[in-house]
Order: sequence, then C-alpha cells, then structure tokens
Amino acid sequence: MGQSRVIPPRVVIVGAGPAGVRAAETIVAAGLTPVVIDEGRRAGGQIYRRQPENFRRPYTDLYGTEAERAKSVHDGFDALRERIDYRPETLVWNIADGHVWTASGTAQEALPYDALVLCTGATDRLMPMAGWDLPGTYSMGGSQVALKAQAVSIGSQVVFLGTGPLLYLVAAQYIKAGAKVAAVLDTSSFTARITALPDLLALPSVLWNGIALTRAIQAAGVPLLTGVTPVAIQGDARTGVTGVTVRLRNGSERSFAADAVAMGYHLRPETQLADLGRCTFAFDDLTRQYLPVRDPDGRAEAPTKLYLAGDGARVLGARSAEASGKLAALAALSDLGQPVDRGAIILLRREVRRYGRFARGLAKAFPWPHQQAATLSDDTILCRCECVTVGDVRRTMAVTGAAETNRAKAFSRVGMGRCQGRYCGHAAAEVIAAQGDFPVADAGRLRGQAPVKPLPIAIGEAE
Amino acid sequence: MSQGRFVRLAEKDRPAIHITIDGKGVRAMEGDTLMVAMLTAGGTLRQSEFSDGNRAGFCLMGACQDCWVWTDSGHRLRACSTLAEDGMSVTTSQPGASWANHG
Repeated sequence: MGQSRVIPPRVVIVGAGPAGVRAAETIVAAGLTPVVIDEGRRAGGQIYRRQPENFRRPYTDLYGTEAERAKSVHDGFDALRERIDYRPETLVWNIADGHVWTASGTAQEALPYDALVLCTGATDRLMPMAGWDLPGTYSMGGSQVALKAQAVSIGSQVVFLGTGPLLYLVAAQYIKAGAKVAAVLDTSSFTARITALPDLLALPSVLWNGIALTRAIQAAGVPLLTGVTPVAIQGDARTGVTGVTVRLRNGSERSFAADAVAMGYHLRPETQLADLGRCTFAFDDLTRQYLPVRDPDGRAEAPTKLYLAGDGARVLGARSAEASGKLAALAALSDLGQPVDRGAIILLRREVRRYGRFARGLAKAFPWPHQQAATLSDDTILCRCECVTVGDVRRTMAVTGAAETNRAKAFSRVGMGRCQGRYCGHAAAEVIAAQGDFPVADAGRLRGQAPVKPLPIAIGEAE
Repeated sequence: MSQGRFVRLAEKDRPAIHITIDGKGVRAMEGDTLMVAMLTAGGTLRQSEFSDGNRAGFCLMGACQDCWVWTDSGHRLRACSTLAEDGMSVTTSQPGASWANHG
C-alpha cells in the first residue's frame, strides 16, 4: 500500500486454440504473465483439438496436411505452460466493467483486465431442414470432433450435407478412417468455385489440398453431388435418422439411406463475448452476417482495451488464427505502452491480408444458402432447443409486427433456448427477412446475453 | 435402439470401464467422453422437453447443450465434454423434473 511498485499490466486471453496460444506466446515473450482461459480440458481449440492422453494415433492421422502446424501449436503451448496462468475447463460467461466473469465447476470469479484478447473460435453455421432435430443429426464440426477426439464415427452410414471446406475435409477423413460414407452433398454449385478461383489462388497449396480431398472422396466411390437443395432428413423421433433426401439441379429427388447426418454451411464466429464487451458490430455483405468491427491488428471498437483474433473475429481459418493471435497480442502490448517489433507487425498484417483474400474466395465458392429460408415449410423446426418452427416465427411477425430478430425472439422464443441462438440465429434472421421482404441486415442480430452458456444453479464465489 | 449409434474406428484396445445408465450397466473405455460411452452403448441421450423426440447431441463442442444428462443426485453434466469414469452413474431424464407436455 502506498508503495510505488509498478504492477505489470494484466492481459487476459480467452481461448486456447491457434489464436489464443500464439497470443499467449507473444505476451510471454514481452515478459508478462497472461491469464489464459480455456473451456477445453487441454489446449488446442477445436481445430487442433487433442485426443485424450491414453489415445495413440499419430498427428498425421488426426490432422492430415496440418499435422505439423497442430504439433507446433501444441508444443508451443506446452512450452508456455509454466509461464502463464492457465485456467482449463473454465467458461467465461460475461464481460462487464473491465472484468471477465469465469465459472469453473461451481466456482466463479471476476478477473480484472487491462487488455482482453478474445480468441473464441467458431461454430458451425446451420440452415434448418425438415428432420434436423432427429437423433443422429450432428453439426459438421461435431462429426469431426467425434473422429478426431474420440476415434468414433457418428454412425454406421453417414451422409455429409452442407457446404464449405469442412464438408470435404471431414468426409475424406471419415473415409480414410474406415467409416462408411453414404454420400457427400454440397449445396454450392461447381460454377461458384470457378468464380472464386482468383481469390482462392491466394493460397495455392491450400487450394490444392482441397482438390485432393474431392478426388479422395470420388476415388472411394462415394457419391459426391454439387448444387443440391436439401429436402428432408427422414427418421423416427425416438430412434433417429434413417435417410436423407435432396433435390438435384435437374429437379429430380434423390434419397440416401443413412443412420447419421453431418450438416453445416461453413462456420460462424462465436461473438457473444465481443458483444458483452460492447464491441461495435457491422454487417458483412459477402457472408450475410454481423461481425465485430476491428482494425487490421484486431483492435475492437469497445470501451475497454479489447482485441479480437482467430475465427472468433472472422472465419479465416487456423493458419490465419495463428498470425492474427500474434498480431492482436502485439496491438495489446503496444497499447499498454510495451515495446513491440514494428517490422513483425507489418509482416503479420501482410500474412493476415492474404488469408483474408483466400477466405473471401471460400465464402464465394461455398455460399451460405440463404435462399432456402424463404422456401422452408412452416412445420420445419427452426430452433432445435425448444422446437420453435419456421411457421411460429412467420405467425409471430404477422400477429405482433415483430420484424427484427430480438423482437421475434421475445415473442416466439426463437433463439432463447439452451444454445442461445448459436444454431438458429442466422437462419431466423433470414426467415424474418424473407417473410418481410427486406434485406437481412434489417433483421438485425441476436444480442449476446450473459451467461453466454448455462451455469449450474449451485455456483458461488471462488476461494 | 438397443445397439450403439456411434461406431468405434480406432483406439479399441483401451482398458474397459463400467458405467451405469438409467440403472443399467454398460461397458465403455478409459478416455471415452460420457457421450461416446453412452452412444456406443445406445442410440440416444435424453428426451427433448419440447417434443416427443429423443436427442443424441449435436455439436460435440460444448456449444449447443443438447447432450445434458444427470447424475443420480441431480447434478447436470454436458455429456460431450465430460470424461466417463469407472463407476459413474447417470440418468437420461432430470431427476424430479416433469414437463408440461410430458405430464
């Protein structure tokens, strides 16, 4: 008390995927001890998720062409372990008044921060379809986690349906691991890929890896169809999925027998914490979603020193996440008055720009199929959590005049369930915009609410 | 569905553990998540509170909360992010809860 000892600034990093690990490394290299909060048991995030300690598969089996990068991120984290304040299995459920609120088991804590780096990652972007609530339907990313982290397939006969790089990656990984893949069904057209080619050439080797995946799927004799429109997942409400039907470009329908479906339309950033940290958001026309505003280094427009990196800011992929994690940490250090290497910042900016161009290519090659929202039948479940249907939302609009997602949520409960709108929010906005015949930007975005995930009732102050 | 939904593709030589699901003994493996232990033994995890349907999880990364199960004492577990432990006992319906549409 009263002493003029300099207290080092406290940097809090949320997330321990590629962005969080590289951010932590950068902070440690500056001589500070960051707090790293990880909801997972072990660092790596989802993309480089680690298998349990007693599993034996080598890196190449788990991460394919990205094996070296995955190992480098894991090794990088392990080398930091003693020099950071690591909090595994800890949820950040709120950001308020310069504090992050954490919960681990039943213990909670409010941690003050001088700079906060959010590396919250992404989850699958979903468009509802008839039957997607049936047991045996999983998100694309979820189906990959099953294989990567637990060495299981989500079923004995799996249909992969949706679009995006993960569609091909996960299907090829399943085939390689010996799972039976019934079909790979892409809603994007092949011509979209041609249009996207100039942007995709920003990363020729990654583009080549993608083409190789397509070939591997075809070489295995698995039906691979592009330009499809989902019709329905068939099955029994108690026992689960029995098949999938899609409409082909020529208008005919085709069905595949399956006991599991992996579905997803690329990814969406997890932005609830950025929202609670009062970051400004802006609508992105290309991907049709609201995203937090940040400068090229990851600085958010927010009342506190808040930085955004990795797929939690923009879905630019794991390689970009490493670079943007470093960049955001350097921005934070600079703003805290710490010396930083300006040359490194310039190189990292250039790298992130290149990933950005590639990501734009991916968004064009594998577009979010927003047009489906207008044609979904009224009885299609929109919110899986609470079984709110597309018709419920359309009727809510007709009766209450609610023409914005938060209003529609208040009246119909869409987006109010356990997942807090993560899996229905974007689709709900498209349903509202299609029904009201106005741009989806005008349907707004579901506001983040604390707690961002459910907490146990027995929660209390940590010792 | 009495047989398992998930199919083991590798890592099959791990030591066995035993858990109890709704009072019934089930064999799983060391390192399994609760979700994998339950879905290699059966087809579903729980019943939806809002329909007559069953659920078997969705995202496997702690985002959707579709895979909640309960300990016998009523403590809620997210099956996808909880490791199964030998001797664990879980129920697929919330102890003491009843929902309007289920009576």
